[in-house]
Amino acid sequence: METTPQSHADEKPLVFLAQPLFPEFAAALAGRYRFVLAADADSATSAEARVLLVPGLAPVTAQHLARLPALQLVAGTSVGVDHVDLDTCRSRGLSVTNAGPAFAVDSADYAVGLVVAVLRRVAAADAYVRRGRWAADGDYPLATKVSGKRVGIVGLGNIGSRVARRLAAFGCAVSYHSRSPKPSSPYTFVPTLLDLAVGSDVLVLSCALTDERKYMVNREVMEALGKDGVLINVGRGGLVDEPELVSCLRDGALGGAGLDVYANEPAVPPELFGMDNVVLSDHRAVITPESMRGVLEVITANLDTFFSGRPLVIYRSTAMLRL
Amino acid sequence: MAMDSLSVLLLYPVNAYLEQELDRRFSLLRLWEHSPPDSLFRAHGSAIRAVVGYPGHKVDAALLDALPSLEIFSSFSVGIDHVDLSECRERGIRVTNTPDVLTDDVADLAVGLAIAALRKIRQADRYVCAGLWKAKGDYTLTTRFSGKRVGIIGLGRIGLTVATRVEAFDCPVNYYQRTKKEYPNYTYYPSVVELAANSDVLVVACPLNEQTRHIVNREVIDALGPKGVLINIGRGPHVDEPELVSALVEGRLGGAGLDVFEDEPNVPEALFTLDNVVLVPHVGSGTHETRQAMADLVLGNLEAHVLKKPLLTPVV
Repeated sequence: METTPQSHADEKPLVFLAQPLFPEFAAALAGRYRFVLAADADSATSAEARVLLVPGLAPVTAQHLARLPALQLVAGTSVGVDHVDLDTCRSRGLSVTNAGPAFAVDSADYAVGLVVAVLRRVAAADAYVRRGRWAADGDYPLATKVSGKRVGIVGLGNIGSRVARRLAAFGCAVSYHSRSPKPSSPYTFVPTLLDLAVGSDVLVLSCALTDERKYMVNREVMEALGKDGVLINVGRGGLVDEPELVSCLRDGALGGAGLDVYANEPAVPPELFGMDNVVLSDHRAVITPESMRGVLEVITANLDTFFSGRPLVIYRSTAMLRL
Repeated sequence: MAMDSLSVLLLYPVNAYLEQELDRRFSLLRLWEHSPPDSLFRAHGSAIRAVVGYPGHKVDAALLDALPSLEIFSSFSVGIDHVDLSECRERGIRVTNTPDVLTDDVADLAVGLAIAALRKIRQADRYVCAGLWKAKGDYTLTTRFSGKRVGIIGLGRIGLTVATRVEAFDCPVNYYQRTKKEYPNYTYYPSVVELAANSDVLVVACPLNEQTRHIVNREVIDALGPKGVLINIGRGPHVDEPELVSALVEGRLGGAGLDVFEDEPNVPEALFTLDNVVLVPHVGSGTHETRQAMADLVLGNLEAHVLKKPLLTPVV
């Protein structure tokens, strides 16, 4: 380790990394902070780390946190922070920040894209054309209307509220379920997930994964959504009982699904590959330059606020999780 | 005049429910059951008083000559570019189409195609289903849909419905049509080229006629540019297809979502390997709900004609 004279004014603030940065992030953040990969740091350097930046979704466990005795802030680059041991953070009094609303627009857009793609069979119809079947076998079978469908949104936060606004413009009737009703929302609150599924044609998952919500979309919920019902998941794979999802789709108990997230990425149940009523993507809902710029703004705002000694508060577009 | 004495010729089995109801309510002849078709015209031509058609079969002087007793042509479509309207008018033949009932479906698809093209939804699905997603670190950047400038050619029923949807994504709306109207939130451009130059997504939503054939030509495609996306939910001939294909293959146009083609069901194979295009087989109104509603309009128009009541959705 270098032993240079401490000149705090010149030294860039030290930020530990739970994983290497994405190339786009490294380029944008390089000049502002001194990055050290946690796995490579010796215990002396680790003892200096006050901030852990968590690129991506690899787990941050109690053991990882235990190696950083001076840690005060865990900054995620995603919206979901279910990969971070929040119990340990809570008991140590650590602040945790996430991407805030930076990803909300692209997530919502992708969710709507999946709704149309599943209900109108866009992906399957495209494959039909590319395989030459339109000329050989005639018209593609009829699909079902998007306009007028009853949409149930689970989690009316930054993402869910944007999904609601977009699908309402498609003439869909929007209801939602969340921990508590949002009085300022024009949409109908439904007190339980099961009731929401019973009264919906399309169920969109846009809530955080917590212990209570693990596998909350189970067979009962999917059967309530029904043989013409469609499940859209841009939240976390862990919200859904994935083996039951596969069997509901296979049995026809559930009408279709649009999935961006899975229980054990990048593993995707291969039974889903050949289904025309299923559209799959590789957790790409927020992989846009616009979202990358947005989350970088959130990260730098949070880090700069922290290093300036100001208390971390809700800062413009950032969100601090209330633990 | 009894309903079931109306002799109706159905040109193509477009819809099972429609066919079944035509058979039940009227006296139905099916063109495809006669080989060659001429034999039907020779045997029954002078008795046929109504024809139910669709965009794939031209209604021209030749067909009308073979049906001297024809009183009404009812198209199972909103577009009627396949019908020689002036011939029909001259011969006193009424023409109906199926507006409004398919507006939502076509607009839904237009927006769905735009999101799918920009976000490469179809390519993601192919990638995952081919078992290629091996490492979570692999990713493809695609550009955000919300906020993109959407240019609409033709702010009719369908165009306006597209506009309302994209406004919910905070997309600024631009438009071109023959006459400028007062839309406080939408920006008018006096030519399609200028519209294309100022839009990220260009949507074709106008009727097909002599003036709008190839309205999207090379100049328009160049103005839309290497980041622009063309969405065609109108008719194949709205677009100069060979120019479109070469622009996409060469990267001079950013992407496309196409529901219609110049020579359906044939689609240029050069498009099949492109990830920035979405190709669907004329499914704009292809939902159970809408086809039923279209069929009911056709049936309602024919019944109104028999009962000498005003037609529901006349064009001529």
